[in-house]
Amino acid sequence: MRFLFKTDYEDDIKLFPHSGYVVSYGILLALLLVAPYALSSYLMSQLVFVCIYATVGVALLILTGFTGQASLGHAAFLAIGAYTAAYLQEYNVPFPVYFLAAGLLTGIIGAMVGFPALRLTGIYLVIATISFALIVEEILARWESVTHGNEGMRVKALSLLGVTVPRDSPTFYYLCLAVLVLTIVGTLNLLRSPTGRAFVAIRDSETAARSMGVNVALYKVKSFAISAAITGLAGVLFAHKLSFISPEMFTLQLSIEFIIVILIGGTFSLHGAVLGAIFIVMIDPFLTYLKDDMPGIIAGIAAAFGAGPATAGSIQSSVAAFASLNGLKGAIYGIIIVLFVLFEPLGLYGRWLKIKLFFQLFPLYKRATFKRQKIYVKSERNR
Amino acid sequence: MSYFRAENLSLHFGGLKAVDAVSFAVERGEILSIIGPNGAGKSSIFNLISRIYRPTSGRIFFEDQDITEEPPYDIAKLGIARTFQNIELFENATVLSNLLVGRHRHSTTQLWQELLFLPSVRANEKVHRRRVEQVIEFLDLEPYRDKLISGLPYGVRKVIELARALCSEPKLILLDEPSSGLNVEETGDMSFWIRDMRSELGITVLMVEHDMSLVNRVSDRVIALNYGRVLAMGSPAEVQQHPDVVAAYLGA
Repeated sequence: MRFLFKTDYEDDIKLFPHSGYVVSYGILLALLLVAPYALSSYLMSQLVFVCIYATVGVALLILTGFTGQASLGHAAFLAIGAYTAAYLQEYNVPFPVYFLAAGLLTGIIGAMVGFPALRLTGIYLVIATISFALIVEEILARWESVTHGNEGMRVKALSLLGVTVPRDSPTFYYLCLAVLVLTIVGTLNLLRSPTGRAFVAIRDSETAARSMGVNVALYKVKSFAISAAITGLAGVLFAHKLSFISPEMFTLQLSIEFIIVILIGGTFSLHGAVLGAIFIVMIDPFLTYLKDDMPGIIAGIAAAFGAGPATAGSIQSSVAAFASLNGLKGAIYGIIIVLFVLFEPLGLYGRWLKIKLFFQLFPLYKRATFKRQKIYVKSERNR
Repeated sequence: MSYFRAENLSLHFGGLKAVDAVSFAVERGEILSIIGPNGAGKSSIFNLISRIYRPTSGRIFFEDQDITEEPPYDIAKLGIARTFQNIELFENATVLSNLLVGRHRHSTTQLWQELLFLPSVRANEKVHRRRVEQVIEFLDLEPYRDKLISGLPYGVRKVIELARALCSEPKLILLDEPSSGLNVEETGDMSFWIRDMRSELGITVLMVEHDMSLVNRVSDRVIALNYGRVLAMGSPAEVQQHPDVVAAYLGA
């Protein structure tokens, strides 16, 4: 176990507490940079989605994890970013311009959503953001002169400095990776400066934040705007990756997927966004695999236990029918959320910290180390 | 002109007069205690000063400036810090970041500078960190710098809340029951700190307190309240012997 010996105020400010972090993140970055030359095109495509989802996850963490404002409307911000890109592209606007324009527009709309949110907390805020997402979805479907309604919009391959970047090229992957890394670094910078601390203060006690001079309303709107803007930027990449966008891609289900990203990854650290993104991107092919192969496997097991071919066949078809039920995926997502909230409230990153500490302290690790105790009840909450 | 002044301050909840035409003044460098039975309106006065409540009537002046209509977050910027009766710390943050939030009123950096963590932000952060360290040293909080609040005992939290208020370098500090929940030894420490705050840091102190030994040790003047009204005002000994105060505490 390493004991940090701090000798300078710089030690409390710097991003990497000690050289071990630099080495491990350096190795990770190197692996990510050589990934296009080692992985199959399918995995590369998944990795691009991980980058995009993780960027949205970081955005949602700023709002939900650090400022304490829940949102189920991030699919709408993603949609606004994606549609801005697709629309501006029709007028031959260059990529850097519409990329930034999408971020700016989404940020402004995010701030506008933030204003009514000032008066709402908890579940009411969630309902407000859901309504916002539904409104956006409806506008996308009806405003045909701009969005082409339910026909959707084609998104051409992006061109950067005169070079066309196809959506499955390594360059596109590097672009997504760069956006993710820059988002994470920017967010970390924010979190170690007054604005980030004000966010955390608002999350934990609005009254105390106010009495320390934090303009709570202003910072909530700021948080909404920053979170939305980052999501808008991710939306541009999302549109290019899919090369076709339509309103039914940006439904409530997508917003829930983003919530899953941070809930499963862990809401207290940016690591959570990345781990959660890996989880959500990888679970889809896994579920498809189960759906395709499970009926056969179960029938095989039944046959091995002595079931006749007719019984095995009927088992196979009924399992297959169950596996292709409508809404099964949503139900599985729901179960995953419930299980994580109940048994792993700190998420995958929390689990990783526990495993790490187990080996650092071996054999002295205590299971209660991460247990949050709440002894002192606040009787007087001045809201 | 007094340093801090409340004039005919009233706070009514419907028919209930939590604070009823209370006037008092605090001189610069004074330690003034407000005492009174439960529900006398002591904490309500604090909540009026820090603008958590809006007064029904009356005005508040600080350094000859009318602050009755200031928004709550500007009260701290004027140099008035406070602690809470039931500890309002940022539970899931470290002690250091709690104290650094106390520095919020001194932060001058813009959002875009913070996103890039420009050298100016870094320089500012170091200044904040140094000031926080001075407060940590003043209140003997060295063992707790990187601890999460949620894992700390009550007595330490109480001190951290005081530290957070001091980090904002206030001119006037409002202490809401600084000794509640503390043992005798901790209360003793608290009384030294309150006096040192005045003598070393030049802070004017307005406090609500039930522990009469602490009140007697530190206060220059005492105000006794009951049912939202001022019963008596004067030196600790005078107020304690005042017949109305005796009646309020012991019954007529």
